Amino acid sequence: MPEAIKVQSLRKTFGPINAVNGVSFDVQHGEVLGFLGPNGAGKSTTMKMITGFLEPSAGTVIVNGHDVLENPLAVKRSIGYLPEGAPAYGEMTVRSFLNFIADVRQLTGTKRKQRIDEVIELINIQGVVNQSIETLSKGYKRRVGLAQAILHDPNVLILDEPTDGLDPNQKHEVRKLIQDMSHDKAIVISTHILEEVDAVCSRAIIISKGNLLFDGTPTELIGKSDRGDIDHAFRMITRGNEQVEAS
Amino acid sequence: MNTLFAIFKREFTSYFVTPVAYVFIVIFLFMTGIFTFYLGAFYESNQADLQPFFRFHPWLYLFLIPAISMRLWSDERKSGSIELLMTLPVSIADAVVGKYLAAWCFTAVALLLTFPMWLTVNYLGDPDNTVILASYIGSLIMAGGFLAIGSCISAFTKSQVIAFVISVVISFMFILSGFPMVLDLFQGWAPQALIDAIASFSFLTHFTSITKGVIDIRDIIYFTALIAFWLYINVVVIETKKAS
Repeated sequence: MPEAIKVQSLRKTFGPINAVNGVSFDVQHGEVLGFLGPNGAGKSTTMKMITGFLEPSAGTVIVNGHDVLENPLAVKRSIGYLPEGAPAYGEMTVRSFLNFIADVRQLTGTKRKQRIDEVIELINIQGVVNQSIETLSKGYKRRVGLAQAILHDPNVLILDEPTDGLDPNQKHEVRKLIQDMSHDKAIVISTHILEEVDAVCSRAIIISKGNLLFDGTPTELIGKSDRGDIDHAFRMITRGNEQVEAS
Repeated sequence: MNTLFAIFKREFTSYFVTPVAYVFIVIFLFMTGIFTFYLGAFYESNQADLQPFFRFHPWLYLFLIPAISMRLWSDERKSGSIELLMTLPVSIADAVVGKYLAAWCFTAVALLLTFPMWLTVNYLGDPDNTVILASYIGSLIMAGGFLAIGSCISAFTKSQVIAFVISVVISFMFILSGFPMVLDLFQGWAPQALIDAIASFSFLTHFTSITKGVIDIRDIIYFTALIAFWLYINVVVIETKKAS
């Protein structure tokens, strides 16, 4: 089986700004990759390029053996993606929205109905299926976005801040869900919550100002700090040693 | 299910879960009534035809169609759902055409609901129903032209207001391109061939010839080409600046 995601010297410029500056990494099936970095580091931009929403200025992205530039539809078919902020069609009810996603994902027959019910239960949104999405709280909206991403049971999942706006219980549920799915899928999550990396990720990547600064296991990341503290390690890597010591 | 049809279905049903559809249909029917009976002098003309009804369609569409089309893409940009749509396995052409056809079918529903007009004229007299049928077809195709312009313009901007205003202006130029107020802009410097070409772009000329009861293949080709052109630009715009 080919690598789930293969990113090679990926670059994206917006006018004079280098949003992503030659980033390379691979993700295998069975891995949960934590994507870390300060705001504006290029995390979302990288994810948008992997999922085919943004076109890279240079470099390649290969998902399950398909090049995102040459065969974008094959890539989009094999990926489940939760965009930042979990955008959806607000006027639709949760169920009709998931029905629409099932239609687009070409799920048919009894499998379609079964899978929709299964996901609704898995994500725990039974109580709101007949409510329109715009009336939902931030946490529920996020979960509907998650439901949409996993509906076709993709083996590559890209989740941009999946736990943002969730309460501690919901965060716990989503992390557990990610862990349960992780054995056969490649999952990339971006997050600001560093304990999350320790809790669910098998690998972490830190990017800052478009550059890849760290790629290793959470344990290695913690090892970067002489205090054995993941927050401290993150600051050391993204702001440089001296600044952190001085502050 | 075919992805184009999936997009179409979602868009079409979304008109009816919000008040948009009902407001539009009521206003459309009300305005066609006013235009036909007051401005069109339907009774006074003492003729059993629907000329007074169809004559005002271009002017109604000028304002009502951009009100439908303005949200097609602007709304996707504004709410961010364009990122969801463009990362689903849907080609841009399918998304553009699916949305467009949904809007077109919706205007077809509004147009069909004017059937009491047809019943009335058949009750009062003995009109030529083939002319009426041709006029309905012409009106629907012209609405398709306005919609293609509006859909394309809405792809340029996040703002529905801007999309509405620009669509009205461009549609207005297409209605009037056979008239001096547009042609005078080109008279004097542009070659005669160009001026003739612009004059032949007029919605009014093509629509009026259809409402006389003759569905000329040239009029159909004109509207089809116009729709294809604007939808093609629509696809290009989404492709090149979907994320901005």
